[in-house]
Amino acid sequence: MTDETVSAGRTVADERLSDRFDLTRVGLYAALVGLTIFYLIPVQSGFVTSIKTSEALINTQPFAPPGPDGATVEKWAFAFDALSRGLVNSLVFTVPATILCAVLGSMAAYGLTLVDWRGQVAVFVLFIAGIFIPYQSVVIPLTQFWSQYAMLDHRLGLVLSSHQATLLELIITHTAYGIPICTMLFRSQYKTMSWEMIEAARLDGASVSRIYRRIVLPLSIPMFAVVFIFQFTQIWNEFLFSLTLIGSVNDPAASTTLILSGLGEALEGVDYPLRMAGALITALPTLIVYLLFADKFAEGVRV
Amino acid sequence: MKRLVAFLRTVRTERRVRTDGGTADERSTAGRWRDSDFLQSAPFWGPPLVLMGLFVYGAIGWNFLLSLTDHSGFGRPDYTDLGLQNYWAMIQDPSIWEATRNTVVLLVVFTLACLAVGLVLAILLDREIRFGRTFRTVYLLPFALSFIVTAQFWRWMYNVNDGIINQFFGLFGLGPYNWLGDPRLVLGAVIFALVWQFSGYTMVIYLAALRSIPTAQYEAARVDGAGTFRMYRRVIVPQLRPAIVSATVVLVLFALKAFDFLYAVFDGYRPRQGSDILATKMMREGFNNSEWAYSSAIGLTLFVLSLAVIAPYLYTQYKRGNL
Repeated sequence: MTDETVSAGRTVADERLSDRFDLTRVGLYAALVGLTIFYLIPVQSGFVTSIKTSEALINTQPFAPPGPDGATVEKWAFAFDALSRGLVNSLVFTVPATILCAVLGSMAAYGLTLVDWRGQVAVFVLFIAGIFIPYQSVVIPLTQFWSQYAMLDHRLGLVLSSHQATLLELIITHTAYGIPICTMLFRSQYKTMSWEMIEAARLDGASVSRIYRRIVLPLSIPMFAVVFIFQFTQIWNEFLFSLTLIGSVNDPAASTTLILSGLGEALEGVDYPLRMAGALITALPTLIVYLLFADKFAEGVRV
Repeated sequence: MKRLVAFLRTVRTERRVRTDGGTADERSTAGRWRDSDFLQSAPFWGPPLVLMGLFVYGAIGWNFLLSLTDHSGFGRPDYTDLGLQNYWAMIQDPSIWEATRNTVVLLVVFTLACLAVGLVLAILLDREIRFGRTFRTVYLLPFALSFIVTAQFWRWMYNVNDGIINQFFGLFGLGPYNWLGDPRLVLGAVIFALVWQFSGYTMVIYLAALRSIPTAQYEAARVDGAGTFRMYRRVIVPQLRPAIVSATVVLVLFALKAFDFLYAVFDGYRPRQGSDILATKMMREGFNNSEWAYSSAIGLTLFVLSLAVIAPYLYTQYKRGNL
């Protein structure tokens, strides 16, 4: 709200200025366009490379598109074949984990923000610190816990196949480590919520959980959108848990990032067009989500 | 706001006293305890706290215990004979010191570069321009991609014969350089790629802070006849300090745990000589060499280093009432 008023106020000032500084303006746009090229060229070069035949790869510039006879979708087809299993697996653990940590994060933020009790900041600090801890300091106990103590594939053997058990491990793990950031995102919104409304509801005799369901949850929908978008890209992009909990690229539960990390490895060296096609296929879901909801993603980053 | 909260609190206590009817026998104390906000809110924050707490703090505690054993290879660790031998071994391991040195270089250069580039981007975009939102979306785009994805792009960018980077240097008659193979160049090349990926993040943080500075301050500076550069340096940048601090914390903590990109760029646990950092060393000792106890000692060291950044930050945030 304030953002708009501020920038609207600035428009007037800037319009006056822009008459005066036309040359500065040209320089500004030149800089912005130059930066756009800098930020996009790795992706652009990756794309044109991914549709090149091996001949075109040698004969054309890395940033130039191939000619009509040098273009092929062969690498995309091959990469898609190799990655399709991983894309399904990634989706299967990313979506439930995203929803779970959003719901749990919203609940935690509500209990720690809109219900007032002593010591809640201390508990909240535990959540916040959880955002920043390096996974290197938990990953060995984590793999030992799943492989030697929990052993879901063994215990739930009647209900789940071993690859489904691995996916369940990933859902639980990603949920647990996603809760801190989700809690912080929701708390940032709940702190600005009107106390009067909640107090009024309490005076009317509404219970803590009723207030959550009837007042807080409906008002949280925009923040849920932010958290979904941010957390979806985070979990989809994640690699360290995939590497350590799944273990092998050949595992039927392998995620798309894990398969991509070893795609088309051969003694002759890396097949770059294949790698580029694989990278773009892996990035596609997050790219679509990002481009459709760039503002919401930025909001998730900012808090 | 604080006064409002205090007021509401008194309202609430009044109400409680009334319902309790002033009696102070045992049953109503228990009843009050049951009605207390602490207990009523517990079902909300309790389950997330338990799940997160076990996985985060439980695992860190377990990791500390593991680092005191001499567990390696297969099987379960033996927790009966505990000692600090792994930490001694770390101090005497020259490759740990090399990794530490690289970690410090990465941390400092990466953080400063991201803060600087992000500031330039934010200042350029902090005005009414056409396609302003599109530019912002483009600059933040790398941050939405997985490190495994961006590592593939940069391997190609840095390719010795066909990479764009070497073509660019070729224009000036320089190179070709083996960016990812030369021990003197590799760390810089990795940092450059990571700055490409993260500078959009700092830009977003700065932009949010810039937008909250009242327009009047810009105008006042204008009226005083300050040029754009001077205005930003004198008036605007000092007000960005909170944004700079929180972005620095995030960047430093990222630098401490950066692993994905290095793994993907070098196709495995061993980064090229000159780019091994503590985070990759830890993963290699554990998941490649099965030196679990030694690896968890490095992991715990990384946790302590992170804590040294997080704790002061959270403390000052708490003091300012920002938590």
